[in-house]
Amino acid sequence: MSERPVVQVSDLRKTYGSTVAVESASFEVLEGEIFGLIGPNGASKTTIMECVEGIRRPDRGLISVLGLDPHKDIYKLQHRIGVQLQEAQLQKRIKVWEAVDLWSSLYPHTVDGEALLEQLGLTAKRGSWFMTLSGGQKQRLFIALALINDPEVVFLDELTTGLDPQARRAIWALVTSIRERGKTVLLTTHLMEEAERLCDRVAIIEHGRVIEIDTPQALVSKHCPERGVVFSCDLRDAGAGLRRIEGIEAVTEEGTSYRLEGRGEDFVSHVMRFLSDNEIQVRDFRTVMPTLEDVFLKLTGHGIRD
Amino acid sequence: MLRSLLKLTWVEIKIFVREPMGVLGTVGIPVLIFLALGKTLGGAPEDASELPTFLGPQLPVFAAVFIAVGSVLSLVAIISIYREGGILKRLRATPLRPQIILSAHVLVKLLFTTVTIALLLLAGRRFFPVAPEASLFSLGLALLFTTVSILAIGFVIASVVPTARFAQPIGSAILYPMLALSGVLVSAEGLPAGWRVVANLLPLTHAVSLLQGIWTGAGWGDHLIEVAALILNFVICIALSAKIFRWE
Repeated sequence: MSERPVVQVSDLRKTYGSTVAVESASFEVLEGEIFGLIGPNGASKTTIMECVEGIRRPDRGLISVLGLDPHKDIYKLQHRIGVQLQEAQLQKRIKVWEAVDLWSSLYPHTVDGEALLEQLGLTAKRGSWFMTLSGGQKQRLFIALALINDPEVVFLDELTTGLDPQARRAIWALVTSIRERGKTVLLTTHLMEEAERLCDRVAIIEHGRVIEIDTPQALVSKHCPERGVVFSCDLRDAGAGLRRIEGIEAVTEEGTSYRLEGRGEDFVSHVMRFLSDNEIQVRDFRTVMPTLEDVFLKLTGHGIRD
Repeated sequence: MLRSLLKLTWVEIKIFVREPMGVLGTVGIPVLIFLALGKTLGGAPEDASELPTFLGPQLPVFAAVFIAVGSVLSLVAIISIYREGGILKRLRATPLRPQIILSAHVLVKLLFTTVTIALLLLAGRRFFPVAPEASLFSLGLALLFTTVSILAIGFVIASVVPTARFAQPIGSAILYPMLALSGVLVSAEGLPAGWRVVANLLPLTHAVSLLQGIWTGAGWGDHLIEVAALILNFVICIALSAKIFRWE
């Protein structure tokens, strides 16, 4: 990842009639990174994305993609970006290879479509109608179409919504491989696990505003330093001793199982040292680490809404 | 640009023929109805004077205009389905321009309209011999010219109709009154004076007049007003649709 920004958005605002969809959004996407716009449904992630793609015109603000204005230079830009849209469809009876072939005819510079289908595991489906594909196969075809012109920046909007876990994981591997080819990826998702797995950096969007930008790890350590440890042992009434562990904040006892909550990077080590110093035999031991979802809950005061 | 247009047109032709009911409805049904009507009415010229002209010797012109109007309705329907289904939106994020997308669909409609009308002419030769003065080339050209001009009206409607559910009623509400006043059902002389003025402002009237003229052996020189009106209609419609085209 270099420090060169390929997407720059500054003070973007977009309204639909009297509804303010995007209040103010500013962020930069650096060359070679996977950058995620994350937030609940209805947080205007897609609106921001579509302004950057040049599909919608913002009311205010500056957008630059690869040094181009997505509105004025849309024809030039479209040759250098790849786009996958949320809830887009193709003709029901278009065959997979025909779609790839059609898309190839739209760009002056393209990669080998058949090789792309092979990489995306669609070779067996190349003669199938679009309407007969599964959700995961459709999304893989849309990824193929987004990559056909060998774009420098790829936009992926809610790529895995509605897919089963297997298909989702397969798509994640594909997105990672796009970055490995040196491309920059801007994606939106409302799945925090997806953002944590894929994104180098994320911007949290809530009610049309960017409320935080950082790496997922940095956001977790900044906003959720809590750590939890859950174990069970034969020892009864160990509560008093456990409360002396450094950094501890709460102990919950339920028969022989204990749940400890504390704070700080070293908290788990302190618990382990306490258990071993006191020769306490534990039957299970697991840590409960905060995730991006916890950060999100904390920052926005509510969970992800579906 | 041209490569994209031809590729998209070819893909759309293939997609169209993959739906057998659509092909049957577009090409088969008009030919069958025409043959049935022709057999009962056209073959008995001694009774023809009793019939409205559109069921008599003018039946081929009536059929041609009716098929063109049908193409407009199906153009409007397919574009609205593409809009509603997000297909247009997906195409928007490519270098394809709306004019190319609409043109590809017009070419598909034109192709199947041509096939249908050619079949009609072939099948109907027994009942409705082309006036000996009319050249087949001239007639073909007139059919192509009028169909393209009528399809341009479809461009405008297709540019804005939001959903497939609206496509049929809106298309019909615009086209059927035009058809009624066009002179193909009731001759222009049969209309009250006020309506005749309205009829003369509608492109379909000029299309019918041109087709009737060429069908009965008149030259193009006798129909310069109609030709000019249809070209004007085409230019206005294309310019308007480029302005108002909606992707979603």
